[in-house]
Amino acid sequence: MARKLVSCTVNGTKRHYHIDVRASLSDMLRNEEGLDSIKHGCDVGECGACTVLIDGKPFNSCIYLAIWAEGKSILTVEGLNDVKTGISDIQQAFIDAGAVQCGFCTPGFIMASIPIIESDKPASRDEIRRQVAGNLCRCTGYEKIVDAIEKTQKKRIAERKSSS
Amino acid sequence: MYDFNTLYEAKTVKEALILRNEHPEALILAGGSDILIKLHEGKLSGCDLINIFGLDQLRGITMEPDGSIIIRPLCSFTDVATHPLILEHIPVLGEAVNQIGGPQIRNIGTIGGNICNGVTSADSASTLKAYDASLELTSVDGIRILPYAEFNFGPGKVDLKQNEILTGIRISKESWEHTYGHYIKYAMRKAMDIATLGCSVNVRLSDDKNTIDRFRIAFGVAAPTPIRSVTAEASANGHALDDELLHMVGEGSLVDVMPRSSWRASKEFRLHLVKELARRATIAAIEKAGGKING
Ligand code: FES
Ligand code: FES
Repeated sequence: MARKLVSCTVNGTKRHYHIDVRASLSDMLRNEEGLDSIKHGCDVGECGACTVLIDGKPFNSCIYLAIWAEGKSILTVEGLNDVKTGISDIQQAFIDAGAVQCGFCTPGFIMASIPIIESDKPASRDEIRRQVAGNLCRCTGYEKIVDAIEKTQKKRIAERKSSS
Repeated sequence: MYDFNTLYEAKTVKEALILRNEHPEALILAGGSDILIKLHEGKLSGCDLINIFGLDQLRGITMEPDGSIIIRPLCSFTDVATHPLILEHIPVLGEAVNQIGGPQIRNIGTIGGNICNGVTSADSASTLKAYDASLELTSVDGIRILPYAEFNFGPGKVDLKQNEILTGIRISKESWEHTYGHYIKYAMRKAMDIATLGCSVNVRLSDDKNTIDRFRIAFGVAAPTPIRSVTAEASANGHALDDELLHMVGEGSLVDVMPRSSWRASKEFRLHLVKELARRATIAAIEKAGGKING
């Protein structure tokens, strides 16, 4: 089968892959890069467990051709880790809020929440729910996930205010 | 791995047209939120694809010198919903596509794909029909301009020739100027759902804002294809802003729709929705235009 060279930035590092053109982005990142935070949930764009950020926007990596990543910058949960604390504030907030049960949906939810917590516009709980509507969780009932995102968003906005 | 056979890669629109001409059986791969999903579901196995995702010439929204707004087909729903030209002149289209799927799907799904799939539930379709959009269909032989009103033949069947690619969606200035629209999607869930019924209305009022100067209305899932209701439009044009107008819009719509029963809803319920959504969308569009029913 045809293979193609794909060059992209993954979690801040420039990477090159010689990849089967039939691979999905989730296949490529899991198999070539070992980024196991990306889950094969439904593989058909319903559950969001495979969510990654591409150039800052959330995408389902299960329905994205690997070769489309050429020249793009991709971020996964593995790229969030803070050098000082080892874990990012949003991950810690999920733990603190009890927003993780089996954890299968968690990386996808965290990636889908990044644009919310990085925005300067405070989002209401309803807006947060809309922003993570593409992610399914069969365990938590969502309330605690929204709690974690809301809390992190408030914290980030306060931080940005005090540093500016 | 997606189980397709050959992936033809187009680097320019011209190359895509040549590939399309040479491989009429191959499917056009735009954002993939239809084709890649079907491949993962085991449908379409062994198909050939022409990949146009990388063709940035087919992205973007611009205004022509004559005031027409051109939406290129590879614009994602997010692109459409956030573009300044749409927000300023056709905000209802942004509101409609913002109701599709979740953020991930809106980032990858394209407006061109939504049109070419030809499904009646496409959230962009009723608003584009109600704005009397026209389609630019390009092949190696040249460009064909077709009113979107004539594009859908039946469920999933559209007037796209074997060698054509949708290269532009045009909304004339005549259609958007002084015009205010409202879209209502009736669905069972707040997000990630397909419309049980969709209704898009837009109005242009007289200068004194007492009568309808021009009324347009289109529905999704009210017939095998997205449709405009010419009967409702004819009865509303020139009418005063009163209860009779709302009544005639509802009754006129019922003349043109032909919904069916599905697991989502019965035909009877859909007919009820046609009348009720037509009424509500009409009131909302008139209010956006600065008018008032019985005002
Ligand atoms: S695994 Fe990609 S959306 Fe479910
Ligand atoms: S924690 Fe189990 S699916 Fe969300």
